[in-house]
Parts: sequence; structure tokens; C-alpha cells
Amino acid sequence: MKRLRWTSRRGHAHKPIGEARVEAATFARRALAGFALITLCLIGLGLRFAYLQVREHARLSARSDANRILTRPLAPARGLIYDRNGVLLAENVAAFRLEVTAEQAGDVQDTVRRLAEVLPVSDEDISRYNTLRKRKRSYEGVPLRLKLSEEEIARFSVNRWAFPGVDVVPYLTRAYPLGAEFAHTVGYVGRIDENDLARLDANQYAATTHVGKTGIERSYEQRLHGQVGYEKVEVNADHRPLRVLPGRVAPVPGDTLYLSIDARLQEAAEAAFQGRAGAAVAIDPRNGELLAMVSVPSFDPNLFVNGISSADYRTLLDAPDKPLLNRLLRGTYTPGSTIKPFVGLAGLELGLRRPEDTVLSTGEFFIPGQSRAYRDDVRGGFGRVDLVQAIARSVNTYFYSVSLDMGIDRFSAYLSRFGFGQATGVDLIGEGSGVLPSREWKRARFNQPWYPGETVIAGIGQGYWIVTPLQLANAVATLAARGVPHTPHLLRAVQDDGTSAPRLLPLAPEQASVIDHPANWQAVQRGMVEVLQAGTARAVGGDFPYPIAGKTGTAERYSRTDETWTSISASPIERHQVLFECFTPADNPRIAIIVALEAGRSGASDAAPIARHMLDVWLPGDQQRQREALAGGHP
Amino acid sequence: MIGDLLAQLRYRVSVAWRKPRLDLPLLGALLLLMGIGLGTLYSASDLDRGQVLSQALRFALGLVVMVTIARVPPSMLRNWTPWLYLGSVILLAVVIVLGEGRGANRWLDLKVLRFQPSELLKLTMPMMVAWYLNLRPLPPGWGTLASAGGLIAVPALLIAKQPDLGTALLIVASGAFGIFLAGLAWWRIATLLASAAAAVPLLWHFAMHDYQKNRVLTLIDPEADPLGNGWHIIQSQIAVGSGGVWGKGWHHGTQSRLEFLPEHTTDFIFSVFAEEWGLVGVALLLALYLFIIARCLWIATNARDTYSRLLAGAISMALFVYVMVNGGMVTGILPVVGVPLPLVSYGGTSAVSLLAGFGVLMSIHAHRRSAGGG
Repeated sequence: MKRLRWTSRRGHAHKPIGEARVEAATFARRALAGFALITLCLIGLGLRFAYLQVREHARLSARSDANRILTRPLAPARGLIYDRNGVLLAENVAAFRLEVTAEQAGDVQDTVRRLAEVLPVSDEDISRYNTLRKRKRSYEGVPLRLKLSEEEIARFSVNRWAFPGVDVVPYLTRAYPLGAEFAHTVGYVGRIDENDLARLDANQYAATTHVGKTGIERSYEQRLHGQVGYEKVEVNADHRPLRVLPGRVAPVPGDTLYLSIDARLQEAAEAAFQGRAGAAVAIDPRNGELLAMVSVPSFDPNLFVNGISSADYRTLLDAPDKPLLNRLLRGTYTPGSTIKPFVGLAGLELGLRRPEDTVLSTGEFFIPGQSRAYRDDVRGGFGRVDLVQAIARSVNTYFYSVSLDMGIDRFSAYLSRFGFGQATGVDLIGEGSGVLPSREWKRARFNQPWYPGETVIAGIGQGYWIVTPLQLANAVATLAARGVPHTPHLLRAVQDDGTSAPRLLPLAPEQASVIDHPANWQAVQRGMVEVLQAGTARAVGGDFPYPIAGKTGTAERYSRTDETWTSISASPIERHQVLFECFTPADNPRIAIIVALEAGRSGASDAAPIARHMLDVWLPGDQQRQREALAGGHP
Repeated sequence: MIGDLLAQLRYRVSVAWRKPRLDLPLLGALLLLMGIGLGTLYSASDLDRGQVLSQALRFALGLVVMVTIARVPPSMLRNWTPWLYLGSVILLAVVIVLGEGRGANRWLDLKVLRFQPSELLKLTMPMMVAWYLNLRPLPPGWGTLASAGGLIAVPALLIAKQPDLGTALLIVASGAFGIFLAGLAWWRIATLLASAAAAVPLLWHFAMHDYQKNRVLTLIDPEADPLGNGWHIIQSQIAVGSGGVWGKGWHHGTQSRLEFLPEHTTDFIFSVFAEEWGLVGVALLLALYLFIIARCLWIATNARDTYSRLLAGAISMALFVYVMVNGGMVTGILPVVGVPLPLVSYGGTSAVSLLAGFGVLMSIHAHRRSAGGG
């Protein structure tokens, strides 16, 4: 054991020279060994870098790009919707919304509270803001208020300094300039929800916030939407976009649609309803183009675009006359006497009656061997009537008897030719199919056998019958076109690229007439013309340049045995569902109209005047087109 | 009185200016390294002049410290060694009681000066080991080894307790290199390494913090937790690998500029450098470090006495540990441990303590065998 040779004061304790030399030599060897090891290790480290930067370079480069390049979808502009004459029905308008960016605003709740002192901010706005905020990053603006009015923008601008992180941001929103008038045909768009996500192509809708919910907006969603575009943005680790990289793919705007609807006719029809609940449809029987589709009452579709407030929604839901119900597609009406021309035609076509055959109307009709009386509208009856008179004066007995002779199976088989009991295939979603009474239907629905008495009342459009206004209109149009059916439709022309002329869509190939003998049609048509000349609707038939063929319908809303009947009998206007159907010019029809009112005295007094008003509005345009056709050399 | 002091100071400064006692090749290499550091920092901080300026000021302070220490003869350093060592260990203990810092108790706040006492150990530890071994017959036997081990273990455990595994590792390494250079027999080294390997499972179960274990586990499979612990490793490898052979170019490294790379001005600045300058830049930088280490070892070999030799040698080899641990970390072959890339990573204490170490080397160089000394 050697002595410690350290003295704190002197501090110069040298080892013997020889020992020091040995130590120096040892050190030199060790330093060399150490350096060799260090060199090896650093070469190893360099090789590791080389492995990453050469061998793995391609893979890691790709990951670096994947890190920083975010493909951001660009929403296409939604296609516009016009009527047949270029009246705008749906557009994209610039609006302003108030956005709060949490990162800049700091205390968001406090900001919102202070904003509410400057602008109206509802609790719903706040709860929607809080929901949206969870899905956004803190540097992204989240809308608090939509559709700011100019006054609100001005009021905010004055106080802007007090609200860092709050901005007025322009955006495009869907607007329906004619509002409620087209709510049930054009429909509306709304925010994409969970159900929409399930059916939509996630890529195409990556940047889209709204989607067609009802009406044309829904059924032509694909055409209206357009193609999504993309741009590549460089983002940082928080996904905050820093700059746009080259290689942008512009979105393709949706198609502009031209509907067959004539907005003037639509407006006139709606006005003529004067708020009474019901529906009206006008069709061009030559091609199935829908010229007017009215469902009253309606609602403002603009309310739904950015989310309807629950108070507004409840008001609409709770309204007794159901403004949200699309009566055109899902209204359930008893056709009543409007079915008679079809039943009469069936009798002729099936060879059960000739046009000149007559029936004696005594006011009461009995099934042989049964005691129940089936009545006429007039006590004592109409006397002896042929088909023309039976239609013109709506003589029940004629149709009781022909239906009974026909039997329910032939009855429903023939009437189904006119589309009763089936959806029409119109280019709208959610169409009801109504009920065409038949043995099979009753078995399926009630599991009960068919009784002859049910055939009798089916002959006057009562009993199990249910039609939708569109279905009835389609049947009348088919009848007007001498039995040639055309699928009713709303889309008439499409503008693909926003600049070229609208391109008319090709019509479906013409189908064969469902009427076997044209002479039979003549007889029915004469009866329907007689309705407006001397029959039930003679009051509305006068003074029109073209002959009109039509038929009224007045169906009892309640069974006479029902308690409701007695309770409301003081108010006869409440008793009936009233309908009117017509087409004109009678020989070569260019328009067919049906009007259905949920309450009224009779088809003639309440429904027919609406149809007449529509015809009056339609007429000048038609005359103009006729003159042009003549001048253009077309027959 | 004050006039005398000022006159003396002026004289000292003028002597230092005329005869700086600096090793010019080493100084040149260090200045080049600091230049690379500032350039990389300017890019990594996304062209933040303020950050670069503050780092440049720290380098300036470090250079003043270096020049000052270079003027202190090694013999004087040797006389101070036990007191410096003792002082720094006491400060370390104080930090554990009073210290503050982000999650780890490392900083001592002296109001005017905040610093990590553990940085002092980076210098005082090799000094103490050199001082002690200088007194012992060399090559060291088990007894000397045990005592030296104790001198190393006490501060290392205190630092590991903070917990600052990176610094503890550097301090253990600098002490161990001293013993290695003193000529510890190879068979003893082998025995030590074998027993250390055997102790690893024990450490794993009883000594390591969960976060430290996680770092090791993450190293083995970073993709298992790509947004958590694996994020650093994955993003750093992406940065390095996407740089390729020639690099993306200065300030074109997307990984750091877009903030995918965490700690990109400090611990992970090597990734930024590798991304922007590629394999070529990395090779040149590693060569520069190798040159500095070689030059330092050369100075150590030519030192006048055992104390100076061991001290200089330990400091030189510790430099390698910085580079290796940091480089291994950014390339994903070593766990994430907070060890800076010497003179490149942003941070004051480490730059100053490194330059102080080079000051010691400069002093030893000035007092080498062949030089007149004094």
C-alpha cells in the first residue's frame, strides 16, 4: 500500500519518472484503442444513417410527404333549378355567417355571452356551436350565427374590436326565392346527417355540407351535386394548412335543371286555393310533363336549409292542416265520381254496354236478392240515361249496374290500366300507391272475402278506393291522350356546363294506347264535355275558347253511420272531399288538370273553379304556342 | 487598489490576447462546429433570429469561459479538484431538495442565474477521477476501481434520481473513460461488462422509471404507439431518411419546419441537419466530430502528467458519448435520452460546460510536455 502523495498546499506531487513513463505509455495505448473503438462506433452510426437515407429513403420520403400533404376536397357549386320558362326556383346565394375561432377568441363562452349582447344569439345557436366545435380544431372557425342581416353585420362591425377571433364570413347557401310555393316539388336541401352519410359516396361529398332531402333536390341529387374537386395543401403537425401546392383539380358544378313546371300556372293555382287544404296537378297529356303541382298548405323550405329551429318545426308538425304533408304524393283521397268516366269506359271496352245503352235511374239500386238500397244523388232518380248523360249528370245507378255486371276482378284489372293502385313513377321520392279495390287487395289487407256490394260502391269511386292527386292526374292525362300513357315527370331539360343552351331530355318511347276501341273513348269524352256544357260543372264551363272535358267528384268524408257525421252535419262544407278533373281542348288535349279539396260542398262549386282559373292562366301561353306552331309551318 | 486591479486585469487580458494558449486546429474545428450549429438552428427554429442570437451569445460566453480556463495551469486545476467536486455534489443534493424544472428537478434558480448543477459534474467528475487515479498506482486494481466507482456512483445516482438519465450516463461515461485510460486491465473490463449485463434485468425491475422502460420498449417497436412514445422515433427516422443522400437543402426540411419533429431545435436537431444536408452532410459532421476527438486525444497523449492526461482523455472520449447517444437516438437505435448534440443543439448550459471542457484541454495543451509550461 503506497502512501498518499497529495499535499493540499504544495500540490506538486510527481510520481517517480519511471512510473510516470509507464503510465504515459499505457495511456497512449489506451487512447489509441479508445480512438479505434470510437471510430468504429461512429462508422457504425454513419452506416445507420446510410441505411435510413439510402436503403429506406424512398419509403421514408413517402411518409414525409404523407405527413405534410393533405388533400383537401373542394365542394362543387350546386346546380340551379328553373321552371320551364327560366323562372328561378332554387339558387345559391351569398350570405354571411358569424364564426368564432376558439384559438384566437380565448374564453369562448365569455365571447359568446358578450356577442349575445350585440346580436341575437339563441340557445340553439349556442348548442349547435358547441356541437360543431368538438369536431373542429381550435384554429378553425366554427359558425355561431348563420344568415346575418345587414343590420346585424353593421352592428357587429362597430363592436368588432371587442371580439378577437370572431369574423363575418361569406358563404353560399341554398335559397328558394318562391318559398312555400314549391316546397313540395322542388323540395329542399339540409345539412348532411347520419342517414345521408350511409347512402352518399363519402369521397364525392367530402367537402359538401348540404344534400337534397326532399323533392327534386333529393331525386336529382346526383345531377345537382356535381363533382368534387381537390387541392393539395401543406399542413403542419397540427394539420393547420400553411400553403396550397400546385395540382388543383377544380370541382365540376352540378347541372342546372329546367323543370316542366310553369311557375305562373303554379302560382295561380296556389292562389286559387285561398289556403284551403288540398292539391292540384296539371299535366301535359302529350308527354307527361307536369305543369303545376300544388299542395296546400305548404311551408317555407328556406327554414330547413340550415336547420329549422325546434319551435318552428313543432309549429309545422302540430298544425291541424299538416303543411309538411306532401298531398301530391301521399295525400289519400276518395276519388268518388271522378272515377266514373273510367268505369264507363271499362263497361264499353269489356263489351258490357254500348254507348247508346240506357239504364233506368229510380233513385235506388238494389243488388238482386238483397235489400240494401244504393242511392242516386237525386231522390227519385234521373230516369233513363245513356253513358253521356250518366257521366254528365253523375248518375250513380248507371255505374252501380255496370260495375256489378263487370264484377270486381274485371273492374280492377281494367282500371289498373290507368295506373290506379300503383305509384306513377314520377321523378320524386316518396310516392304513395293508393288503393284500387280488388279481391286480392282485400284478402291481403283484411284477409276477408269480397262482397258484391263492395263492387257496387267501387263503381262510384267509394269504398276502399284511395287515390293520390298525382295518380288521378296521371289517369286523367292517360285518358286525355286517348289512352296513351306517359310517365309523369318534372325534369324537362338539363344544362350540363352552365353556358350551352339547356338540353331537352329525351322522352320515354311512346307506349301503345290502353284503350282498345277509339270509338269508346269518343263516347266517354262526349260525356265529359257534356259535364261542362250542361252537366254538373256547367257553371264553370262557359266562355272558354276550347271545349273542356271534365268530371266532378264529391266524396263523403265520413260514413253516414259514423257519429262524426251527425256531429258536423251543421256545417255541410265540412262533409265532403271534393274533386274535379278535366282536360282541354277536348279533342286534342294539351293540358289535363285535377283539383282535390279536403273539404267543400261539391266538386262543381269548389274544386272546378280552381281548375277553371288554372286553365285561364294557362290559355294565353297555349294560344301563343299554337300561333307560333302555325307560323312555323307545323300543324 | 481598484486601479491596481484594473491594471492587472488589463495586463492579463493583453497577455491572453497576444499569447492565447489555444490549440488552433481544435479552435478552428470548434468554431466550424458552432457555425454549423447556428446555421442548423436558424433553419430548425424556422428562421428565428432571436433564438440564433441568444445561442450565439451563449457560445460567446462559453468561449470566454474557455479562454479563461485555458489560462489556468492544470496544476492549479488539480489542486482545486476535490473542492470543486465536493461543491458540485453538494449543489446537486441541494437541487434535489429545492430545485425546480419541467417535470424533473434539475435546475437551480439563483435568481440571476439558472443552471443545472449536473452540468458542473460533466467537468468535475473527470477531474475528480483523474485526481484520484493520479494518486494511485496504475494500472488500477479492484480496490482503486471500487473507490473510483464510488466517486462516480454518488453523483450519478443523484442525477439519475432527478431523473436525468442522459446526463447521468455522460457523467458515468466520463468517469469510466478515466479509469479505462488509466489502464484498467482488459480482463477486469470484461468482468465489469459481464456483471453489468447481468444487472440489466435487475435494473429493469427495480431501478428504472416506467417512462424510461417505455422509451426502451418504444425503441424496439415504435409503430406500436405511433402517436405517443413512438412519435419521436418515427418522425425523426422519417426526417433522416427523407433527407436521402444529398438532403432537402437548407431550410427545406419539411419535418421540422412543419413541426412534425418534436424538440427539433434541441435534442432532435441532428434529424433536422440530416434531413436538410443528407448523408453527405452527416458524414462530414461525423468526420468533424471524429477530428475533434482525435485532436483532443492527441493533446491528452502529449500532456505533461498523469492527471492532465487522464482528464483530457476522459473529456475527449465523453464527447464521443454525446455524439453516439444523440445520433443513435435520432436514428432509432438507442432509446430517447435527453443528450444534446455537442455545440449544435440549442441550449446554454450544455454549450458553456462543453466549452469549459475544451478550455481545460487548451490549458493542458498549453502546458504539454514539449512546451515550456508555467
